[in-house]
Amino acid sequence: MSITYLEAIREAQARALRENPNVYIYGQDISTYGGAFKATKNLAKEFPGRVLDSPISEDAMVGSAIGASLEGMRPIVEMQFADFSANGFNQIVNHAGAYFYRSGVSLPITIRLPNGGNPGAGPFHSQSLESLYAHFPGLIVMTPATVDDAYNFLLEAIALDDPVLYCEHKYLYNRVKAERLPEEVSFSAGKALCRRSGKELTLVTYAATLYDALAAASELEKEGIDIEVIDLRTVKPLDTETILQSVARTGHLLTVSEGWPWGGINAEVIARIASKGFHLLDSPPERLNCRDTPIPFHPDLWLAHRPSAASIVKKVRQMLDW
Amino acid sequence: MLNTLREPESETIHLGFKELYVRAFKWMLLARTVEDKVAALWHAGKIAGGCYLGKGQEAVSVAVGIMLRPGDIFAPLIRDQAGRLAFGEPLFDILRTYLGKKTGPMRGRDGNVHRGRPKEGIYPMVSHLGATASVITGALMARRMQGETGIVGATSIGDGGSSTGSFHEGFNMAAVERVPLVMTVTNNHYAYSTPNSRQFACHDLVDRAIGYGVEGYSMDGTDLKECLEIASHAVERARSGFGVQMIVASCVRLTGHAEHDDGFYMDKTLLDSPIGRDCLNVAQAHVVEQGWADEVTVQEWRQQAKAQVEDTLQKVQREPTPDPADEDWHSLASAHLIDPEYAE
Repeated sequence: MSITYLEAIREAQARALRENPNVYIYGQDISTYGGAFKATKNLAKEFPGRVLDSPISEDAMVGSAIGASLEGMRPIVEMQFADFSANGFNQIVNHAGAYFYRSGVSLPITIRLPNGGNPGAGPFHSQSLESLYAHFPGLIVMTPATVDDAYNFLLEAIALDDPVLYCEHKYLYNRVKAERLPEEVSFSAGKALCRRSGKELTLVTYAATLYDALAAASELEKEGIDIEVIDLRTVKPLDTETILQSVARTGHLLTVSEGWPWGGINAEVIARIASKGFHLLDSPPERLNCRDTPIPFHPDLWLAHRPSAASIVKKVRQMLDW
Repeated sequence: MLNTLREPESETIHLGFKELYVRAFKWMLLARTVEDKVAALWHAGKIAGGCYLGKGQEAVSVAVGIMLRPGDIFAPLIRDQAGRLAFGEPLFDILRTYLGKKTGPMRGRDGNVHRGRPKEGIYPMVSHLGATASVITGALMARRMQGETGIVGATSIGDGGSSTGSFHEGFNMAAVERVPLVMTVTNNHYAYSTPNSRQFACHDLVDRAIGYGVEGYSMDGTDLKECLEIASHAVERARSGFGVQMIVASCVRLTGHAEHDDGFYMDKTLLDSPIGRDCLNVAQAHVVEQGWADEVTVQEWRQQAKAQVEDTLQKVQREPTPDPADEDWHSLASAHLIDPEYAE
């Protein structure tokens, strides 16, 4: 028996629906069809009236979740693709994000964003929007990379009283598996995890590029280079302390993200470490992002557009030769 | 969720039409009086930011606000002072919010018309027009999922706001979900400075009701009698399960978009036309004509409204504004997830 990242997302929602009558899911094609990626497969049948097809109206989907959460519900909004949340941007950042500070009333909303690229998905079904939402106050942004995190974080997102952008990476849906779901649910938003210990360089990443980073680390190990890989898990709040502690041991920092370079998660991590840990650094901190173009359709272009194990290996070698 | 703003005896459902009309007229008077005061404070430099008045739209706004009951939900827009008061928003809220007082519902964190008490059924608006249509739809869906019936949600939009995608998405969703929503579209003929001819191409905004699949009504927004009759009908239809109701009111904004704008671009012939009438004068004439009150009594009501506003203002002016040194600069309810980077 094994369970995929995608199934963990479905199971977390089933559990939340079972345990809390105030939870419901609203999104496009999520009822009978079970969602574009089948993240809500059979849930409508299991929970009648609580898994509802919405019109193609991302702005109104989020707006309706704001109203429902004000009246005591804990809505989950499924965006069909993270890219389409651009059409709900105003309600997410200006309405939901600003609500608690303005009025003192919090909005327990979970917005699921099928995030990140897949070969052949092209410019409008591949975007990584975590930096964009992390920029605005009043929002929590989660970026799970493992089955355990996908499950636990989604349950935590639903339990939290604030709006959460839950960025589920589409590349991981059926590629990442575990033996079973975690036996006990644990909440750990805001805590990064060291996925691989190493002495020579700290590599900070999250979501799908975690696997590129781990592959690069194995490759580098063959050359006798031993790097540490930290998975941020939530990009907002950002666990600066765990990164600082690692950099204190290694003296080198490389950040890797599938997002665009300008002002992204990588830039934020580097700014913090440069500011708080300048004395710990033996080389200039570096970053690897996807290229500053729209995300290309052809799988060969796509592979060359995003960071890869090979580009990470190359960058680490350069940095350690510095 | 119980609306705690209003005392139960102020429920309007059992009132005769005369009492309803007079009560609505008094809310209009109070709204106009407090907004005139706010405008004076703005011109005296006592208010930061903009100053947005509902002058000329009190009849439309009050008619919907007064039909709502405790437990209903209201998401007012910028020219809804009369409706807010009729629904139960305390007079303190407008003055405290315009003056940025810490005691107000927004505590100086948001100002002017961006205020509300979400837990008591009045939702604070954002500046992005049309956004409330879906918010109130979701709130009504929630009430239905919780098994509540017989409640109504109301929100407003203008001729300009009705052009936004957000309005269309939210209103279409309301119709699809068949929620008990009353949407008032007040066509005051100018969105800031933009006339109807640059805003929409249909003959009349009420024609859109057919497209949305909802029940639609037109009304003369300067005539309180007509406004009360239509609003009463629409609110009752929504309450009884007939789905979304769309009211399109016609009137003219008797002020600029805000106090910094003198409305020089407005077509004077519109102001001289029947919909250019001041709804407050029309209502007062009706009260006197019907013999519900004489001129002297109406004058007394005006004085009472003034006294109430002055009294409230005096109290509010003595209240503290927020101290930046004491401000809690956090935007999450989940205190344990506040990034230590921003903890200080």
